[in-house]
Amino acid sequence: MLASVITVDWQTLADATGQGAVYALMAVGIGLVFGVMRLVNFAYGQIVMAGAFALALASGWNWPVWAGIGLCFAVAIGLSLGMEVAVFRPLRGQPPAVMLIATFAVAFLLQSIALLWFGSLGRIAASLSSLARPVSIGGVEIRKVSLVSIGIAAVCLLALSLLLNRTSVGLHMRAAAIDFQTARLLGVNADRVITSAVVLSGALAAVVSVMLTVSNPLVTSGFALYDTIVVLAGVVVGGMTRLLSATLGGFAIGFASGLLGGALPTNQSQYVPTFVFGLVIVVLLVRPEGLFAPRGSVDRV
Amino acid sequence: MKLPRRMDELIAPLALIGLTGLLGTTASASVQVYFINSLVYAAVVVALYVFVGSSGVVSFGHVSFVAVGAWTAGVLSVPTDQKPAIMSNLFPFLKHTTVGNVPSLLLAALVGGVYATAIGLPLMRLSGLAAGIATFAVLEITNNVLRYYDKVGPGVNTFSSVPETTGLLQATLATMVVVLAAFAYQRSRFGRLLRASREDAAAARSVGVSIFSQRLVAFGLSGALAGFAGGLYIHLLPLSTDSVYLELTFFTLAMLVVGGMTSLWGAVVGALAVTGLDSFLSEAENGIDVFGIHLDLPDGSTIIVVGALMALVLVVKPSGLTGGKEFSLGWLTRWRRRAA
Repeated sequence: MLASVITVDWQTLADATGQGAVYALMAVGIGLVFGVMRLVNFAYGQIVMAGAFALALASGWNWPVWAGIGLCFAVAIGLSLGMEVAVFRPLRGQPPAVMLIATFAVAFLLQSIALLWFGSLGRIAASLSSLARPVSIGGVEIRKVSLVSIGIAAVCLLALSLLLNRTSVGLHMRAAAIDFQTARLLGVNADRVITSAVVLSGALAAVVSVMLTVSNPLVTSGFALYDTIVVLAGVVVGGMTRLLSATLGGFAIGFASGLLGGALPTNQSQYVPTFVFGLVIVVLLVRPEGLFAPRGSVDRV
Repeated sequence: MKLPRRMDELIAPLALIGLTGLLGTTASASVQVYFINSLVYAAVVVALYVFVGSSGVVSFGHVSFVAVGAWTAGVLSVPTDQKPAIMSNLFPFLKHTTVGNVPSLLLAALVGGVYATAIGLPLMRLSGLAAGIATFAVLEITNNVLRYYDKVGPGVNTFSSVPETTGLLQATLATMVVVLAAFAYQRSRFGRLLRASREDAAAARSVGVSIFSQRLVAFGLSGALAGFAGGLYIHLLPLSTDSVYLELTFFTLAMLVVGGMTSLWGAVVGALAVTGLDSFLSEAENGIDVFGIHLDLPDGSTIIVVGALMALVLVVKPSGLTGGKEFSLGWLTRWRRRAA
């Protein structure tokens, strides 16, 4: 392992940071909904998948890029809201296990629909493929998408933190995330807070769809499924109770996967998931409350 | 000596499994496979129930014990002369060892149980979301290793040439054995202590229950049962690493929740109801006649209908079809008493 660490070059580092940035955005999308509803949405990956299919369809119809991205946002936010109304709302207050498995059912359902609709070969979303080309900075070849991902993620996170810290709806969301019941007693409109969290998380999913389709233009029904699992692990490893620690967890696991993928020799890189999830287990055993969370917030057996 | 009370809790699931087996004998060979498949799923779901139902901790890792059991039984059952052709990189001791059907199933259970216990030793200290994600990590690692490590199996290829010995009779009996083991466990001191800790962890601790050891016992036992079920599965049809991965995990967990997570009856009912519906719809895709009405569903509609119905049951009745309660004839006694 040690010898392979040395082979990490700037390109790998940039790619890993880019992947970390995308995963951080997914982590925020999952963490926002978890904060106000205490619901781990496993079907988040299928929202990203739906957004990616929207991009693929738009590029198939030769729509301009901005229209494709608009469609992607509309689909992702619409699906996110639809899920909230049809599944999450009736399940509010149920045990977390039931809610999580209900989101599995939704994920599975959406995946099957996509498989039926688009077939197992999927579609190509090629309109932004120019971003996948490398750009030379100071003699180092770096894929544009890594830079764009980092930039967009930074802008999104900044905008989000302004929204959460400077607006009343943001204040309500933070209050609801800390103590939903008390927040309601103090006059926070529960449905409005949840709807805003769901819309925001849908919009973030659309951003993620756009960035993921650049590096992987082939959209199939399993699109973003593995990413969701990794991000969920990252969010829990980081610490689910705070949005910031969840985001950092998402970034960390994306960065670690990217680094391992680039640094391991080819005959070992197929075992990247084993290394990443092995790390997840170790961190969970050492700090079950989360790597970036305040100490002592989770009880052990 | 008193006879154990409330034997209806055991007899009802056994009867339902027996009935499924009997019903299967009336079907043609191609339809019979659906029945065997349902029974094997029931075995997996009951194995899952032993841990999840008793502890209240959701495990996403149990399909890795199914996978490990399947790989154990499979690699030891392929005839020795066919091993080099499909698994050229096997460890020498695996290459030259072939055992019969029943020993392969028992070994599958043993390996599943040992693997689960080894994993449980560190992992059972976790609870809640951390436990869920850690077991998910186990699933990912197991799948990743089995897919690429071809010294213990066929790697990325499908596990072919395993003798298809899981017939209707064997599936029925084996699933009954799994149900019996689950029942014996939940009536034992261990099962009761773990249930007590599920209901109120603090109260259980205050009377000296070690939640860690109780969870570990359940995890090991349910890993062994899952391994056993995996052995049955690989003797039913050729599997690949993808067939013992996410989809099986989601399906079996959903079956458990749809049936009712906290009862053995719920586990059996959930598994048989969902697989039964799934089989019926799959047949309907080919066109069947039901009570004189011809039914011909479009291809691929099965998974959508099954997925939608599972989501619907979870939304409408989150405690599951059985409400998470054991089967009981108590209502009969009450009704008789009222009539008298």
